[in-house]
This record gives sequence, structure tokens and C-alpha cells, in this order.
Amino acid sequence: MSRTFVGMPPFPDAARAALADSQLRANLARATATIRSKRAAAVGEVEAWEALREAGAAIKDATLARLDEHLLDLERALTARGATVHWARDAAEAAAIVIDVARAHGVDEVVKVKSMATQEIDLNARLAEAGIAAWETDLAELIVQLGEDLPSHILVPAIHRNRAEIRDIFRTRMAAAGRPAPQDLTDDPAQLAEAARLHLREKFLRAKVAVSGANFAVAETGTLVVVESEGNGRMCLTLPEVLVSVVGVEKVVPTYRDLEVFLQLLPRSSTGERMNPYTSMWTGVTPGDGPQEVHVVLLDSGRTRALADEVGRQVLRCIRCSACLNVCPVYERVGGHAYGSVYPGPIGAILGPLLKGVGSDEQVDSLPFASSLCGACYEVCPVKIDIPSVLVDLRAQVVDHHRGDRVPKAEAVAMKAAGWALGDARRLGVAEAVAGVGGRVLGRPSRRAAPGGRVALGRLPWLGERWTQARDLPVPPARSFRRWWSEERGRR
Amino acid sequence: MRVALQVTCLNDALFPDVGVATVRLLERLGVSVEFPAGQTCCGQPMVNSGYLDEAVPLVRAAVEAFSGFDAVVTPSGSCTGAVRHQHAVVARRTGDPGLVAAVAELVPRVFELSEFLVDVLGVEDVGASFPHSVTYHPTCHSLRVVGVGDRPERLLRRVRGLRLLDLPQAQECCGFGGTFAVKNAEVSVAMGSDKARHVRESGAEVLVAGDSSCLMHIGGLLSRQRSGVRVMHLAEVLASTEAAAS
Repeated sequence: MSRTFVGMPPFPDAARAALADSQLRANLARATATIRSKRAAAVGEVEAWEALREAGAAIKDATLARLDEHLLDLERALTARGATVHWARDAAEAAAIVIDVARAHGVDEVVKVKSMATQEIDLNARLAEAGIAAWETDLAELIVQLGEDLPSHILVPAIHRNRAEIRDIFRTRMAAAGRPAPQDLTDDPAQLAEAARLHLREKFLRAKVAVSGANFAVAETGTLVVVESEGNGRMCLTLPEVLVSVVGVEKVVPTYRDLEVFLQLLPRSSTGERMNPYTSMWTGVTPGDGPQEVHVVLLDSGRTRALADEVGRQVLRCIRCSACLNVCPVYERVGGHAYGSVYPGPIGAILGPLLKGVGSDEQVDSLPFASSLCGACYEVCPVKIDIPSVLVDLRAQVVDHHRGDRVPKAEAVAMKAAGWALGDARRLGVAEAVAGVGGRVLGRPSRRAAPGGRVALGRLPWLGERWTQARDLPVPPARSFRRWWSEERGRR
Repeated sequence: MRVALQVTCLNDALFPDVGVATVRLLERLGVSVEFPAGQTCCGQPMVNSGYLDEAVPLVRAAVEAFSGFDAVVTPSGSCTGAVRHQHAVVARRTGDPGLVAAVAELVPRVFELSEFLVDVLGVEDVGASFPHSVTYHPTCHSLRVVGVGDRPERLLRRVRGLRLLDLPQAQECCGFGGTFAVKNAEVSVAMGSDKARHVRESGAEVLVAGDSSCLMHIGGLLSRQRSGVRVMHLAEVLASTEAAAS
């Protein structure tokens, strides 16, 4: 069974639940701190890192500006090298193409290379409906799949699990999917990896059809690139007779030379390595070597919608490194599931709404607000996506989408009132005077003094509770700065 | 040089002592600062919540209030960042070329307090005295949006009697985030609790930062926890002298 993210609650509700999971908090804090420091070291040793980031952003922007031309070049190059190119507008079309290929070969199973595009379109669930089992072969994806779980990170989808949990999943679930785990399996990483290796090897050797994504697709040569750590991808890309690759249209780069930039940016940003262990490149069909039937599904699924968004289109530069997740203080505390999407964290908070469209549902509209706008994500992004600015722009889109609502939200009313009071200094002065009186009234019964001696308020009712549930609030002062100035300096 | 104080709405209404301290500090350094009374708020609360139309009158009030000044000093990294990066977005939305031009003309004249002291006045020793142990939280917007660098620490190190202690994981966000603090209150508090823990681990008596908003959040937690650690704005510490010790 593969679970999907359909029907997940809005971010604040999901986050509240996740915060209470102490095991999750501990696993995430440990794992993100480790990756963060590895990345910092790997990036720190590259003197021209800023120039590389600039180059990555510039190549992607230039490519996106003429995406149609580059995609047609890619199609021509792929076709010339013996691959079959398919175009899919959405998830259903892409899945139907994969199902058709599998059926044409009479198979009821495929092996999979870790791929965000196929996760995004719920390919495993769609294949299962068609009676085709999709076996994930990446270790972390295997853990998620066996656990009937959902991925919570782009790079390390089982980051929310620790070794003991993984051992339990292997011991109880592996048998139903193929070769069982040894019953005396411990949580020693080497033992866990060996159990996965033996379990997966059967599948690599048996499968006739493999499904992958691609990190890059070179238009000039028709070369697809998969970057990975474990070698399971290499197995899937070379052993089966048939290979279907589902590739988002934004993955195209014009020339082979462009890889020089991205193959430096990606591993250092994602795993914190100078170079990833396995980089597989293949160009159509090579007679007598590797898959003899190669399909490439070029997937839109909201990407052209994102491309039409003037501020948001920079999201299509994303190379799925997940550096932004690892530095995000919100992600570190709530984990990936709270974002209700295969794309969690800062990048997910903008990518989801841009692919699906603002206003598509309450969950999607809650994502641009799932950030304190601290800017740590922008600082580490290898292709300089200004995530905070895109978040703020998407917030405006959400608000604008609701401007016509018959019953405005309390927040909209409050913002209108605040905008009115702050729109004119005299009105602000009156509001401050009223707050000062209110402060004296509220402050009198409060016996609470903040460190330093100022009178503070404890628990307030209604909306005030959102602040005061855990934080004291100083009472408004009797004299605003404005009044101080006019009384102490104004007459000079 | 005509210098205006952009006190910020939060300092004006809730933390007037920060405004007073900024005035006293600047006057002590020989700057005769003015407070243009037409100013209200930088509009960031609206913009960051998605209410761009509601921010338009605020941006208009700002460009009007601060026109004619050579420099506008703001005791807030966050509000400085909002003027530098968000006013133009609001102005463009109005389609009013006059407002767009006025914003473009205002932006290079706006300075965060530590920038103004170090870059414009060229001072690091402001003649302050503050005999306490202090730890400094570099707020996200001071650090990553405005880029004040180590200017605040350079200023603090020259304060007589002040012992500057390291804050663990200093550059991590405190979780305030404007309306994030109430829209996602639980996550905000979770982040703030870790920040408060690090403040206590530093061993400092006083937490100092350049933004009253973040201090209100962290200070609210420290107060609720009966930690005994108080929070102070950078301006308040720099304004302290032996004659008038805080």
C-alpha cells in the first residue's frame, strides 16, 4: 500500500500535532544538525561559491525564458538517439504513459529510482490501481514504502525515523514484499544496509522495467542525468530491458557544459559531499548496453503555471537539493509531513502553491504562512531562489483571492482597522492614548513584573491567548514615544 | 546633516524607552535628531501578512514624513529592511510613478542604528557604560536582510564594564516572525523556547538585540519562565552612561 498526501490538514493544525512528537523532534534535530554542518564544510572550501550560485541561477533563468525551444531541442536529440518522448500535461497523463509501457511488456512490477517527480504525481498509487507493483530501491524510500509511511524530506525521506524504528519496520514488513529480514536483525547501520541490499537485489535481477526521474536533461545531446549515493539507481538504470523516466520540464539544461556548474552545486548543497558517489548519464539507447527501450515522459503538472508567475517562477530553478529544509527552523521542529506534500520545508511552501495554484484549497493556502521569514533558506539556496520574497508574494495572492469573500476573515478586518489607524499619525496618536489608558486598567490587577520591573500581562482571552499562552506581554505605557517627544523635545 | 528618527510603530506604542534612548544616544554624539510627527509604521505587518493595499497609505506617510532629511535612523533591522525591500513592492502595486520614484529616493537615506553609528558617524566607542554581562542575538532581518554584520558587537565591545558572552546557535531565528507568532503560535513558541534556553545557557543577565519585536517575543518567554534575564534594545545599552546607569 502506498499512502498519499491527499486530504492533509492545513499547516498550523498539522504542525501543532507534530510538535508534540518528542521522538520526531529528537530525530530531526540530530539529523538536520549533522547535514547542516556537513554542508557548511563542503561549501566553505569552495572559494568561488557565490559565483557558482550566480551561474546556476543565470543558466536556469535563461533556460526558463526560452523553455519551449529547449524542450523541442531535447525531444529532437532524444528521438535521434532512439528514445521515445512523451508529453504529459498532468499526473494522470504521465501515469497512463508509464502504465501503457509496463502493460506493453506484460509486467506486473517495476523497480524505481528515487524520484520526486514520480512522488509528486502519486505514481506508485496509480500503478497499484492498475495492478502493477512499484518497488522503491533507494534505502530511505524503501523504509518509507515498507512502513506504509509518507516521505518527510526531499533528500532523506525517512529522516523522521531512527535506527530502532527502521529495524522494526524491516523485521515486520520486509517478508510481505520479498526476501525477509533476518529475525536477529539489530539496529547496527551495516546490518540494516545488508538486509536492504539482499532484499533489493532480488528485485533488481528480476525486474524487466525500471522507472526513474532525472536531475538534469541536456537538450544539446539528449542526455539524462541521475545523481545518487547508493548505487541502486545505477542498477535500475542499467539492468532492466526497459526504462521510463518521468522528467519535469524545468529539468532541461541547454548544454552538456552546463552540468559543470550544477554537478558542483548539487552534492555540496544536498549531502554535503564534494561529489556524490554515483552519477549516471545515458543518451537514448546504446545497442547491447543497458535498457534497449528508453522512454522519456516530459511532465508539466503545474510547471507552466509557475512559469507564468512573475515573482514565483524562480522556483523552477530548484534542483531539489534540500539545503533549505536542513537550515529551516520551522522544518526542524515540525518535520516534513506537516507541509502535507511531497515537497516540504521552505521550498515546498512555495512550490506547492505555485504548482497547484493559490486558492486550490485551504491546505495549499496555509503553506506560504508556514515561515517566520528568517531568510536562512535564501542564504543557502545554490540557485539563489529568494524564498522569503516569494512567500510574501504568495501571501498577497492568498489574501487577494479572498478579497471578494462575503464574510471577511477576522484577520482581514483587523488588518483593515490597523491600516486605517496607522495610515495617519493623528489617528495613531489617539490609538496609543487609548492603549495607554487600557494598559493602566489592565496593569493594575496584574501582579506580574517582567525581569527589569515592567508590568506585564499574563494570560489574555480570545485572540490574546495566541500570544499569551506562553509569553508575557508588557502593558502599553502611559506615554507613547510620540507624546514624550512632543512634551520633552517638541517645544524646543 | 538633517537626521530624522524613524522610531517604528512598535517602539512608539509599546517600547517608547527605545526611542528615547536612541534620541539621547544620538544627541550625546552631537546629532540633533528630529522626529517627523507624520510617520506611522513601515507597513511590514501588512505586507508580510499579504495585505498590500492596506500598506499603501503607510508607505505614502513614510516618504512624506522623511522627505528633505539627509539620513533616516531606525532602531530596527526589520523595519529598515522593510523600507529597503518592501516599500518598492507596495509602490509598484499602486501604479503611481510618483510614489515609485519617492520610494527609490528614500531607500538609500535609511539606516539601521548600528549602520548609522559605524558607517555614517564613524564611531564604535559611543562613550557608554553598562556594567553587566550581556549576550547579543543577531536578529534575522538585521543579519540576513539588512546585513549589519558585526557592527552591533563592535559597538557593544567598546561599552565600559560590559561583558559580552557568546550566545549558542546565535544565528537561528527566535520564531517571532510577525503574524507568524500568532498564526503558527505553537511553532513560534517552540522556536522561541530553544532561543530562550540558549540565552540562559549563555549566562548573561541581559539579552540585547536590535529589534524590539524579537525582544518582545523572547522577553515574553523569559519573563513567563521567571528566568530573571531581562531584554534590552541595543540603543538602550548604548545610551547608558555612568551618570545615568540602567
